[in-house]
Amino acid sequence: MIVLDKVSKYYGERAAVIDASFSIEAGEVVGLLGLNGAGKTTTLKMLAGVLLPTAGRISVDGIDLMTNVDAVRARIGFLPEVPPLYPEMRVAEYLTFVAHIKGVKVDVAGHVDAAIADTDLADVRNEFIGTLSNGFQRRVGIAQAIVHRPALIVLDEPTAGLDPKQMVQMRALIRKLKQRHTVLVSSHILNEIEETCDRLVVINRGRIAAIGTEAELAGNVQGAAKVVVEVRGTRAAFEAAVRQSGAVTKTAIERDEGGIIVATLELANDAREALAQSLIGAGLGLRRMERVQLELESIFLTLTGNRAQSAAA
Amino acid sequence: MSNVWWITRRELIHYLRSPLGYVIITIALVIDGLLFNAVAVGPSQRLSSVVLQDFFWCASGTTMAASIFIAMRLIAEERQTGTLTLLATSPIRDWQIVFGKFLGALVLLAVMNALTLYMPLLLMLNGKISAGHLVAGYVGLMLIGSAAVSLGLLCSSLAPNQLIAAIAGTGVVLVFILLWLLARLTTPPLEDVLAYLSIHDKHFRPFQKGLVSVADVVFYVSLSYVALLAATRALEARRWRG
Repeated sequence: MIVLDKVSKYYGERAAVIDASFSIEAGEVVGLLGLNGAGKTTTLKMLAGVLLPTAGRISVDGIDLMTNVDAVRARIGFLPEVPPLYPEMRVAEYLTFVAHIKGVKVDVAGHVDAAIADTDLADVRNEFIGTLSNGFQRRVGIAQAIVHRPALIVLDEPTAGLDPKQMVQMRALIRKLKQRHTVLVSSHILNEIEETCDRLVVINRGRIAAIGTEAELAGNVQGAAKVVVEVRGTRAAFEAAVRQSGAVTKTAIERDEGGIIVATLELANDAREALAQSLIGAGLGLRRMERVQLELESIFLTLTGNRAQSAAA
Repeated sequence: MSNVWWITRRELIHYLRSPLGYVIITIALVIDGLLFNAVAVGPSQRLSSVVLQDFFWCASGTTMAASIFIAMRLIAEERQTGTLTLLATSPIRDWQIVFGKFLGALVLLAVMNALTLYMPLLLMLNGKISAGHLVAGYVGLMLIGSAAVSLGLLCSSLAPNQLIAAIAGTGVVLVFILLWLLARLTTPPLEDVLAYLSIHDKHFRPFQKGLVSVADVVFYVSLSYVALLAATRALEARRWRG
């Protein structure tokens, strides 16, 4: 549905985004993850039609951004990091204005009412935007992004500046949007991405560092699998079996009490079966073998760290 | 034209609900009133038509000054507050944004000029002036105002904030006013070119005297058009530059 093909953006000599390629299917919630200055906002602004790419191609529903920018804009709702609000306008009045300039021709009032209902703004629909709290203003920002019922909603740091309660409400709202829209969320807050997104695109120094689900990224990052094993037997027999398996690169004994040993082992590759055979063959009672899943934070730091190192090299 | 109307409407809402519009109009009216008494009416007895000419001469100054302050925020403020993103992500053309904002500013200017009508009407009651002179004068004020708003809007589209936009707008309009002075220091054909480009001297005086000439109307409309076109191009260029 949304395709970025080798998209680059330069500000003068400085490259903000380099050869970015990824696609998003209809109905997905995709998280664009990156450190500050990684190129997230530039990527989102290009998708939203605010900036034009220096090179490459962006298409939404098969429509090319460069040849038909208005048609693409009509299909996208964009919430920038700072919501584009006019404080002197009332909520409903503002959404009516947005609906008109976004090209809604029929039943404008219906579109506005639906956006207000979806974002729980009914109580403040006649209030001036400037008098609303930060959380409500963010919701008005979301409402302006969905009022024209776009196929894709692009949210840039949607929880920035919100208190914990408002952050929870905002995440619930994003999950609700998923029912009717494709959503691209950018953030550097990992919990937010973890809780709301189906798939992740990690961007680092303007380049796409990785794409996939959290589990897929964890698999890529780990390369060497890490497992926790729990066996009944002696420490000497355990260590001998581990050596004999030939698959373990690092061993850390976590616990050795009452004949039960718990250890974390790093495998050169995913050689869990060979390890299990070796342990059982040595007469040890294999009680548990569990692959350690990396937390998103670790995945992210590994991905961005590796890239940074390779770039420096 | 629907998009242009919605942009114009939003500009008018802003002027109605924020102090800026009221402050500009109030200051302009106070200055107009003072100048009407001190310069136009003056201490000596004069023909009403001469007084009216001086009134328009004074009002042209306040109109140009007010135009710059009305125009300074049009795009620079949207850029400062981030609302330009909303317009930039909407399926509307850059010229519609520029023209809608221009019309909004022009309506405010028209309201401001309409509120000065009591002064010529006093002249009409106590002296003898023609309706044609009155209409021509106000047409001139709106045309010179439209040119100044357009130049101010161009500066607003280029400047990073409202203050710079106001300073640049003042500078550009001053240059266009003072071109007649520069014309006197040069020789033809440059003299003719500079004199023609002067925003006030050559082109406003006929309106001041109650004359409407097509050439002067064409000058003001052309200047406004070129400035608005340049502002549109400036908006478009930002998409490439970022």
